[in-house]
Amino acid sequence: MVPTFTGYRRPNGRIGVRNHVAIIPTSVAASSVARGVANQAGAWAKATPHQMGTSQPAATQRQTERVLVGIGQNPNVGAALVVELGTEDIGSERLADRISSAGKAVETLSIREAGGTRAALERGTEIVSSLNEEASRARREKADASELIFGAECGGSDATSGIAANPTVGNASDRLIEDGGTASFSETPEFIGAEHILAERCVDDEVRERLLTRVQEREEMADMMGVDLRGAQPSPGNQEGGLTTIEEKSLGAIAKGGTSPVQGMVEYAEELPIGGGLVLMDTPGYDVESVVAKVAGGAQVVAFTTGRGSTTGNPIAPVIKVTGNPNTWDRMSNNMDVNASTIIDGESLDSVGKRLYDELIAVADGKRTESEKRGLEEFAVNEVQPKQIADAGVGR
Amino acid sequence: MKGVVLDGAALLLSEDDTVATALEDLVEGRVVDHAGSQIVLSDDVPFGHKFALEPIDVGDSISKYGEVIGRATQDIEPGEWVHTHNCESTRGRGDLSAEGVAE
Repeated sequence: MVPTFTGYRRPNGRIGVRNHVAIIPTSVAASSVARGVANQAGAWAKATPHQMGTSQPAATQRQTERVLVGIGQNPNVGAALVVELGTEDIGSERLADRISSAGKAVETLSIREAGGTRAALERGTEIVSSLNEEASRARREKADASELIFGAECGGSDATSGIAANPTVGNASDRLIEDGGTASFSETPEFIGAEHILAERCVDDEVRERLLTRVQEREEMADMMGVDLRGAQPSPGNQEGGLTTIEEKSLGAIAKGGTSPVQGMVEYAEELPIGGGLVLMDTPGYDVESVVAKVAGGAQVVAFTTGRGSTTGNPIAPVIKVTGNPNTWDRMSNNMDVNASTIIDGESLDSVGKRLYDELIAVADGKRTESEKRGLEEFAVNEVQPKQIADAGVGR
Repeated sequence: MKGVVLDGAALLLSEDDTVATALEDLVEGRVVDHAGSQIVLSDDVPFGHKFALEPIDVGDSISKYGEVIGRATQDIEPGEWVHTHNCESTRGRGDLSAEGVAE
């Protein structure tokens, strides 16, 4: 039987597992005010401060806008306030229009028009209070797991990631896919050396071609810059944890995708399909930007594996932390939700995978994760680099 | 867990792998049985790190998960710790391309 949970049905038909009011700055210049409004308003208000400038090259701007629209449209968001300084290429009105096309209540706030930051904070707090009243009218209704989009991420990997935590997430992903849902993992640089395994699992040549091209582009970026990927991949922390090469890290990382066929690969922050099976997303290896991309793509819940002990969360989607490292579970249990290190002691992968799947459904049903309890809400937008833009075909 | 545990001390992820992963902090001199032979560790091998199960010549591929994870940059004896000092990636090597070294 497919497990069920209660969530918030949105006008566009998607189901949210949280009912946040998002406060979305269109640039870095509005980020402090967005954060300030959220702090004044209360825990239900979630700001997404980021570092992107008021003016960006066209390709960068397209991607930034796709992220911010996707965040606003995520079904965990009940209503949204878009904040601008007033000089941005990405204006708040246009962004609000795109977000509300999903049928959502969206308001805008211009810091210049409000008369400066003090007035903007005051006005913003009023607006989000009334948005919250509106969002609070949503009632939870029953939904089943087939409506979930589950994002999988890894950060602070070590040798246990590939042996225990990532296979656990893969097992839970397979279970969700069997129940009709969608699972997505990303971080294309961490496919390098393992892409042939994923390629064999692609449903058709088109998906396979796309996957291999994207991996090649990421590898060529290292070539283009004349650098050795080894400085950053695996990171010094990964190396201390026993990972020697990017191939080794990748072979462990792709275990997050379980054994399901690869149905497709979408762009950074592009919409993920409901009931789509395993769908990859082309993102960089930086975990915060990669989580944000999948949440912008519609993921309602994220599983984040870490061997060494990452504490990263997300403002919009609950993040379930899974560790395969027994020391990290002991030392940092206040940041970890699921202990997968039991695999090393002999608990079967199937049993640990079932535990994570049950946790996913419980979190979808409202159970708060450790990162939610602690207000860990990292947010960052990937910046398309000028060098990527210059190099035809690389970076989008 | 995927793979076979050797002597309660190390994990062999795939039968033909040339390295095993330490499941606890292993100290130099520790003996690990593998395929009927006794491997004596010549280095400390921390939890999660790897050691060689057979002689690996410089330039040879090193395998874990039944897949290639890199190549040896020096001759490696069974029982030796295998890490960045004697195993290197063959991928994403913009430094080699820049030097004009053929892959």
